[in-house]
Amino acid sequence: MLTQEEVSRYSRHLIMPEVGVDGQEKLKAAKVLLIGTGGLGAPVAMYLAAAGVGTIGLVDFDVVDVSNLQRQVIHGTKDIGKKKIDSAEETMRDINPLIKIVKHEVALTSENALAIMRDYDIIADGTDNFPTRFLINDACVMLNKPNVYASIFRFEGQATIFAADGGPCYRCLYPEPPPPGLVPSCAEGGVLGILPGVVGLIQATEVVKLILGAGEPLIGRLMLYDALAMRFRELKLRKNPECICSTGDVKLIDYDHFCGIQKPEPPPVVGEISPTEVKTMIDSRQDFILIDVREPHEFQIGRIPTSNLIPLGELPKRIADLDPNAHYVLHCKMGGRSAKGCDALRAAGFKRVFNMTGGITAWSEQVDPTVPKY
Amino acid sequence: MAKILIPTPLRQFAEKNNSVDVAAATVGEALASLTTQFPDLRKNLFNDEGKLRSFVNVYVNDEDIRYLQKDATAVGDGDTISIVPSIAGGRC
Ligand SMILES: [Zn+2]
Repeated sequence: MLTQEEVSRYSRHLIMPEVGVDGQEKLKAAKVLLIGTGGLGAPVAMYLAAAGVGTIGLVDFDVVDVSNLQRQVIHGTKDIGKKKIDSAEETMRDINPLIKIVKHEVALTSENALAIMRDYDIIADGTDNFPTRFLINDACVMLNKPNVYASIFRFEGQATIFAADGGPCYRCLYPEPPPPGLVPSCAEGGVLGILPGVVGLIQATEVVKLILGAGEPLIGRLMLYDALAMRFRELKLRKNPECICSTGDVKLIDYDHFCGIQKPEPPPVVGEISPTEVKTMIDSRQDFILIDVREPHEFQIGRIPTSNLIPLGELPKRIADLDPNAHYVLHCKMGGRSAKGCDALRAAGFKRVFNMTGGITAWSEQVDPTVPKY
Repeated sequence: MAKILIPTPLRQFAEKNNSVDVAAATVGEALASLTTQFPDLRKNLFNDEGKLRSFVNVYVNDEDIRYLQKDATAVGDGDTISIVPSIAGGRC
């Protein structure tokens, strides 16, 4: 039953036959779990709260950083340093005090996933890494709950519903996560701030449609959105008969144990050098060549004064110009791309090649804070 | 000529092209032609055995080639080949 206050608040829904009182009651009774309260989770949480989804669970363990605010519109400048779930809850309560918000301040793991997800009807995956995405998919398959999925990169987005009754799951599309390093992360690749707004609201739309049982759900179809071209394309997704969602052979795995994506600091290995060691080499005028393999627009944001810019994509063509006997240190933003650059130089027979760990981000933290982090 | 659409994460390996036209009769030939033109793409698309990587899917128009004739799927004028890698971004 809707209260008088709810009737007033949701009147624009109630006068629409596709929602009406019945639909609004369905929304009120619905329990939706949002995993991640970042770029995608922000618009999803705000609109689902406004729409009157009765119970919204939030899973996040991160705190608000100034660099989040370019896109995570649920958080504001006053929230910097606060827990994201607290900041998100505050915004949602302001939008709609009539709904219930449940906070799960944890990283989702194979141990806690089923217990957290079991209480919800629909899961919305707004995470940023492959291990968690595979974990969410597999748990949704086990629990038979629809996974409203979206992901973003630079100015492109993907959205679909996985693990709905009879529909394909994430593993039908991609059987396993990529090895670390082959697919760039958002932190390395960037994301257009508006993009998660558009893609997150596709997710929110599909959540509301599933609750209402209205329209054609985005099941068995992968929506691709290209913001630069302003073009939507749709690809067919099929249920793979050999996939775990058909065979039932599902077991939850914490991929980060061998995937390495979420590990904070890998142990130093041969061929790596820390920013402070590089600083010492510069100060003591050692003979070496520092190569920055980032893109020119990143070089403009901040650089190490003695560095030479050779973007990773151009490195293969420039190898012929480089002295294979010289001593090289490569760096990028966080260390991923420069590791690939080091591999390329070593493969070309260069012997003294070192990767600066943590990239210019670590340089800013450990050596020169006047170099802006981005 | 078939058109191959290059997704954002892979454009850095294809001289920043977002699409490339290739003359080919099958998907396999089209991808071979693409990776000959842009050798850096090869290790992003194929594993050491030369098979498509499991986090990369290839579509002809709106259909996954795994449900057509895979590499042998015929392509012709006006067909669009999409390379669709998995992307993980969201919370970031
Ligand atoms: Zn499946």
